[in-house]
Amino acid sequence: MLELLLLLGAALLVNNFVLVQLLGLCPFIGVSHRLDTAVPMGIATIFVISLSTLITNFINTHLLEQFDLQYLRIIVYITVIASVVQLTERYVRFASPLLHQLLGIYLPLITSNCAILGVALSVADYALPQALAVGIGAGGGFTLVIVLFAGLRSRLDEKSIPQPFRGAPIALITVGIMAIAFYGFKGAL
Amino acid sequence: MTPEILYPFAILGGMALIISTLIVSFDRLLQKRDREPDLVERINDLLPQTQCAQCNYPGCRPYAEAIVQGESLDLCVPGGSRTQQALATLLDRPIGAQLLPDVEPLFARIRELECIGCNLCAEVCPVDAIVGAPQFLYTILEDLCTGCELCIPPCPVDCIDLIELESP
Repeated sequence: MLELLLLLGAALLVNNFVLVQLLGLCPFIGVSHRLDTAVPMGIATIFVISLSTLITNFINTHLLEQFDLQYLRIIVYITVIASVVQLTERYVRFASPLLHQLLGIYLPLITSNCAILGVALSVADYALPQALAVGIGAGGGFTLVIVLFAGLRSRLDEKSIPQPFRGAPIALITVGIMAIAFYGFKGAL
Repeated sequence: MTPEILYPFAILGGMALIISTLIVSFDRLLQKRDREPDLVERINDLLPQTQCAQCNYPGCRPYAEAIVQGESLDLCVPGGSRTQQALATLLDRPIGAQLLPDVEPLFARIRELECIGCNLCAEVCPVDAIVGAPQFLYTILEDLCTGCELCIPPCPVDCIDLIELESP
């Protein structure tokens, strides 16, 4: 149990997939304009990461390794992730058409969020519970960082920033400073 | 040819089959949950849209929602027996306690020589079919009038008649 919690905390903070491993930056920059899109996006990503990690881990141990087909990993994983995203998108469109419109292209683009494939590939050799812990931790880390960043960004909009730094440049600089802060967790666990 | 070469095809083909079944059945499930509001819409289409409130609901759509919840079908006076029968056929339910009288489509007409331009009828018209100028005179757009009779009681000089629609 302690081991699972440690894995979860490590994926959440120490090895944060966005700020430390620099994966999944596209939705991170794209959806963090407003807090009310960042939170649902984070929740959708948690759901997709944990479910797809679970399924891909199962497929990997029970199908691919049995038949010595590890070279199929990437194509199989991407198929699984894409279908989980499709299910999520259909549910969001059914539950809240407004949210579906707000998230726009970024919802189907969870498929190409490299953090999800990254998590699935990095836990390929783990047992099922450990893989799930890492998956939830990684999704939670993504949500934590995107919500923090959305809050920072809404503050940044009100400041008078020199013309050349407005928009994307100041956002990227902010991400960099946040990443430095997250490196501080390195010795924590 | 060794059978090993077929394994990738079997695995990817099987995954495609399972995933497509899953997505299609999920879609069906969501559509089934969606059917309830659909029924309200179909009942609402059968009602005459007079918004006359004679059924004791504020309008036709609230009455349609109440019908789905189990309200009796014999409350729509302007719809008459025809609407009542259509609703009973759609829902496969008895028509209710009483059979409503058959109504001919009616519309209201203002005797314009007597109109004093008081604007009282235009205020109550639920479909905004009454147009005119205050202190001069008002008239009723016959294409829009639903014959709901709501404009007759407020008229201080009783210059509004209900007229049967000539067969088109």
